Amino acid sequence: MSQLLDSVAELLGREPRKKPQPDEIMPEIVAIHRDKHEDKSRIEKIRIEMAHKAQHAAPEKLRRKRWAVLILVNLLFVLSFQLDIQMLEGALTASRFVGFHMADLNSALQVMLAYKHVVINLVIGTATVFIGWWLLGGRTFCSWVCPYHLLAEWAEIVHQKLARKRLVKDHPFDRRARTWFWLIFAMLALVSGYTVFETISPTGILSRALIYGPGLALLWVLLLLLFEIFYSRRAWCRYACPIGLTYGVVGVLSPIKVQYHLESCFHEGECRKVCLVPHVLNTVIKGRARGIDVDIGADCTRCGRCVDACPTSSLTFRFKGLGDLL
Amino acid sequence: MAVQGKRAVNPQARRKFLRTLVMGAGLLGTALLGFIPVLGRWAQRLRPPGALQEKQFLAACIKCGQCVQVCPVAAIKLADLDEGFGVGVPYIDARAQACDFSCDGLQCVLACPTGALTHELNYSHETDMGIAQVVSPATCLAVQGRGFRGQARGADFAGMLRYDAVDRWHPIPVRDHPYDLELCDLCVRQCPIEIRIAQCVAGAPPSGDERQCPPQHAIELQPVVDESGVIRMQPVILDGCVGCGVCAMICPVEPTVIVIDSSESRGAAYEPVA
Repeated sequence: MSQLLDSVAELLGREPRKKPQPDEIMPEIVAIHRDKHEDKSRIEKIRIEMAHKAQHAAPEKLRRKRWAVLILVNLLFVLSFQLDIQMLEGALTASRFVGFHMADLNSALQVMLAYKHVVINLVIGTATVFIGWWLLGGRTFCSWVCPYHLLAEWAEIVHQKLARKRLVKDHPFDRRARTWFWLIFAMLALVSGYTVFETISPTGILSRALIYGPGLALLWVLLLLLFEIFYSRRAWCRYACPIGLTYGVVGVLSPIKVQYHLESCFHEGECRKVCLVPHVLNTVIKGRARGIDVDIGADCTRCGRCVDACPTSSLTFRFKGLGDLL
Repeated sequence: MAVQGKRAVNPQARRKFLRTLVMGAGLLGTALLGFIPVLGRWAQRLRPPGALQEKQFLAACIKCGQCVQVCPVAAIKLADLDEGFGVGVPYIDARAQACDFSCDGLQCVLACPTGALTHELNYSHETDMGIAQVVSPATCLAVQGRGFRGQARGADFAGMLRYDAVDRWHPIPVRDHPYDLELCDLCVRQCPIEIRIAQCVAGAPPSGDERQCPPQHAIELQPVVDESGVIRMQPVILDGCVGCGVCAMICPVEPTVIVIDSSESRGAAYEPVA
């Protein structure tokens, strides 16, 4: 239960908990740490593997699959209209999948707050999407569907190249900003009666641009990408996007999790280097884990980059039954 | 970061806090810029059939474009960022492509997931998009007593209409349907409400459904006497006009004699004043 509360608190922007006190650590965990420390030959093996990896970067298999899924979903939207195959009509804000209503949860929320009147189609669409993303893990939407996420990943690659050459530096923001944005945009919709957030939502703008053709609004998306390349790594997804927070909340009790296994982990930190939301991987830092198999928190987008990056396979996808969700 | 108390403030944390404030203000400021085009009414748009009054319409529209996808004449477009909060909201540029109700069933209304296009209407004559206005009667061919021959909007015009006599189910380009009229009455002749009334008078409303029949005429040519005492015919807009914009689209005069005023009464019929 405390793990669940931590997961929500971190989602809302709290810093991860500090290192547990010695008396808080289970004796099993102490034993695991001791065993690992003594297993020199294993440490040496991992060192060799990582040196090899550094020279021959293995393809990130999951990332390729994920990009393929993301592109396919967005392509389905585009082709449904352009070729009139009517599989997935509409845009990411609201659509119909072979006739069934679907509504983006954050867009639906904005409309409900602004219009203060909900028609049955929107209820159906919102409920369908809620159940779908709850099953798939909430923020899975971000990394597997959101078109801005893909562009931001490419911008991140550029940012990191420039950072290695010391041409740019990452300027982190306070993660609580996203919670404030969520609250303020909800309030603005309620009070002003306009869906204010939709005006700057790069997800909506990009989805519409792909389907209905480009426009001026793409300049805003470009501005965000430039900001992320030259000033702050993955700033929109990390510190700003209320859509991410909405889906994060949906996925708090999701059956799909990335799970961390302390026993095999050698704390190289490869996972934290690639993670969009490294605070969820705080538990992998040596001495931080409060359990032997730890579920990664709700802010995790289930992108699987850590799963690909881990040299010891200590991070894996898990589908959990209802019993062990809590 | 917000609460530092009296302890020494870590300069790095302080910078991060200030940076976050600036970023937050910048982002919110940018989003709120969207108010300006809306409050300033920079764009007075003709909205699709069933659109609520502008304020509610902008609130209720989820900006998904499903109405765009179902329109058989592709009359509906989505607005860009220069319309602020109206970004991604559908509109119709009647002169380029009006709504001619050739879908018969108000497909855009049926497609709308949020009721921004109200689901409380079923027939074209129940819509209330705006009202046509004859803005320059002096240039009207009918007023001048002239006929019209050829393609209504020239060979390059991409707009489409459904001509029941040509193809009951598929709209065709207006340029493929030249006219030869002794007195130009295109605005009356192509008015979807007038066409529907004529079908009803002939005893043949679509699907034999009498509820399809508009109760009031929308436009007619009325005789007026000019200064020199000659009787001229002039288009006059009547109470049955729903503002679909076909008259504004088909008018062969440049600039058009008839425009659509979308500020009038829109949505009042189906939305209690909030």
